[in-house]
Amino acid sequence: MSDDEIALSQSERDQNIVRCDACPVLCRIRPGRAGACDRYANESGKLVRVDPLVLLAKPDLARVAFVEGSSSWAGELGKGQGAIVTGIGATTTYPDYKPAPFIVSSKHDGVDMVTVVTEGIFSYCGVKVKIDTDRYLGPEQAAVRANGEAVGHVTTAEYGSQMLSLGGVHHLVGGSKKEGVVTCDALLALCNREAVELVIDGGSTVVVQADRPPIVNGTREERMRVGCGSAAIGMFAPQWKDHVDEVIVVDDHITGVLSEHQGGRFLDMKPAGIRVRGRKSTPGRYFQVAEPGLGWGGTDVSDPLEIIEKIDPKQAWPGLRLLMVSTTGEHSAWFELDQELKPKAADMPVPVRHVVERIAENCEPALCTVLFMAGAGGSLRAGVTENPVRLTRSVREALTRVTLGGVPAYVWPGGGITLMVDVARMPEKSFGYVPTPALVAPIEFTLRADDYAALGGYASRAVTLEDVLRSNKVRLDK
Amino acid sequence: MIAAFLPDNRLHLQHGPIDLLVEAFGERDEVGQAYQQAIDRFGDILPTLVRELPLLRRSVGDAHPLLQGPVARRMVEAVWPHRAIYITPMAAVAGSVADEMLQAMLLGRTLDKAYVNNGGDIAFHLSAGHELRAGIFVDALDGAVRLTHDSPVRGIATSGWGGRSFSLGIADSVTVLASNAASADAAATIIANAVNADHPAIERQPARDLDPDSDLGELSVTTKVGPLPADVIDQALERGAAEARRLGLSAALCLKGRWRLERGEDHERSAELGAGLPRRLSRRPQSRR
Repeated sequence: MSDDEIALSQSERDQNIVRCDACPVLCRIRPGRAGACDRYANESGKLVRVDPLVLLAKPDLARVAFVEGSSSWAGELGKGQGAIVTGIGATTTYPDYKPAPFIVSSKHDGVDMVTVVTEGIFSYCGVKVKIDTDRYLGPEQAAVRANGEAVGHVTTAEYGSQMLSLGGVHHLVGGSKKEGVVTCDALLALCNREAVELVIDGGSTVVVQADRPPIVNGTREERMRVGCGSAAIGMFAPQWKDHVDEVIVVDDHITGVLSEHQGGRFLDMKPAGIRVRGRKSTPGRYFQVAEPGLGWGGTDVSDPLEIIEKIDPKQAWPGLRLLMVSTTGEHSAWFELDQELKPKAADMPVPVRHVVERIAENCEPALCTVLFMAGAGGSLRAGVTENPVRLTRSVREALTRVTLGGVPAYVWPGGGITLMVDVARMPEKSFGYVPTPALVAPIEFTLRADDYAALGGYASRAVTLEDVLRSNKVRLDK
Repeated sequence: MIAAFLPDNRLHLQHGPIDLLVEAFGERDEVGQAYQQAIDRFGDILPTLVRELPLLRRSVGDAHPLLQGPVARRMVEAVWPHRAIYITPMAAVAGSVADEMLQAMLLGRTLDKAYVNNGGDIAFHLSAGHELRAGIFVDALDGAVRLTHDSPVRGIATSGWGGRSFSLGIADSVTVLASNAASADAAATIIANAVNADHPAIERQPARDLDPDSDLGELSVTTKVGPLPADVIDQALERGAAEARRLGLSAALCLKGRWRLERGEDHERSAELGAGLPRRLSRRPQSRR
């Protein structure tokens, strides 16, 4: 539609009628009334959003819901000083054929700053999920499914955690339409911190929710392991020394055997002659003592004696005291060898029990963490500047700070603006979606006003923070 | 534009003033595909409609307006029978969008039932043996409609003076059942306009003074209805009921807490309309512009 059709007549302007250009209906709205959608209104000759923008205050300021107009703000925020306008609720067009919805100028420490606030539509996006568990979720590269559709895969495990890579452009738009929709739904739910059930091919079913413990095959994971079996030996060997003859710390990655381990040797422990299964790495450290699973220490073991290959009569002795424990302290058992050198279950002595409890105490709470990862490429940058590559360079040179919903994003080195952000730190319901399918996320670029002008920004479109507060309904979040 | 699934798996579609709640029932894959078809169709609805907006805001007279867009044509189709009275195709815009979206969703799909609720104007699909219940919400859940496969009713719409749209009448709400949502929408507008009285407690203003773009132009629309005597209320309701009878449609009319139920020609075929059920419902019944 041409500018002529949008322009209001002199008489309309005299009557304080405003033209809303938020959607193609292009309502003319009289003062005190709302447009056809009830989302935009004319307040004393100004177009205001009835849906609030989300405003982030400094963390020490209380959360205030749905405040309108600057007068209410004076006491709360000193006219918005220290507040960050987020992209949440800012809306955008796609492709960006007009400048970003909000280009806000403000002063920080006497320097004029500009924040370009928009909501980005991200086709290239996904989440990296870190699941604090040693339980076996599935083989690396296995497909991860939501509602039967592949939405991502299992990727390289990290220390104490299993990692999933979900979404991405190939699942969103490269597969079947259903795959794209299901992927988009799963990403949206995860980013908005809702629980999503994921099924891993050849592995487990896991319920993932940002900042919450994972639920693996119906069991809530409480703790991360304290370390691998070898690390556990190193940490607790001196505390066991006088109460045990042998400790085996069962772990899917590395199972530790105290008397063979450097930690035990250092304490002059006598070889106990108990050989565990698996492949010996270095003394007292064994790989693959069992299959991965949901039992002891992320193995498939439910009876720990299964991992004992043999007990050497030349070294072992009747009455030998054996502790078997998992790397979370969740599983533990106490054995004494009888006259035939067979392990017999017995009551665990109190001092040993204390150390087992200490293992548990040293395990951090298991959480799922969801990092949103996306590329702020293409036309999104055109809403910020007429010369998009300069924005990329400015971000590269750390002149422009990128935030999502007010949370600083990690910008991956190299070309483009590929960023990551922890969704748990973002305000509630920060994400939306479009049918493309693609995710919609708030994004803000903040830089010095002179830098903004230099990179070809729409400096003339900048409004003051006070004006934003005055003319928009805002929601204040911490 | 927004397309999002609500936690209860209903689909929410919004673009400008169009705000839809969509739900389909049936086999999972079919439901999923139906939702996808709805999402795919939705993007084009408003832009296409807007192109013909000037013509759609003009009253329908002797000449059948020539329109291109599928929703626009539904609108004209729905208001054409009422052209003797002042009416513009905009009277059926919400229902027509609901009908168009429902059709897009059903194409090639096998569903038990489905509905598209456009701010209270609802198009629905029922297969044999299935039914839907719809509530009428004025102050609380004031009424309910049982919609069955046997009945020819496939659209329900509500009009009144207090919603997003303007009304020439004073009805708090008029809910109409018809063969599709567009017809129900147009009829609800006509009947709600007919629920009227001449009384000093009723305030009116030219539509243009409230909304420069209103299709009602210089016509006076209701802006306030103060306390009315019982006989005035009953007479006003009777004017509306007479209009419903003339159109042969089932309607539930409400004014100042008093109800009139009119059983239309569809009634024998078991669409049940009842009022006064004390239960809560979460959505307001109307809105159109």
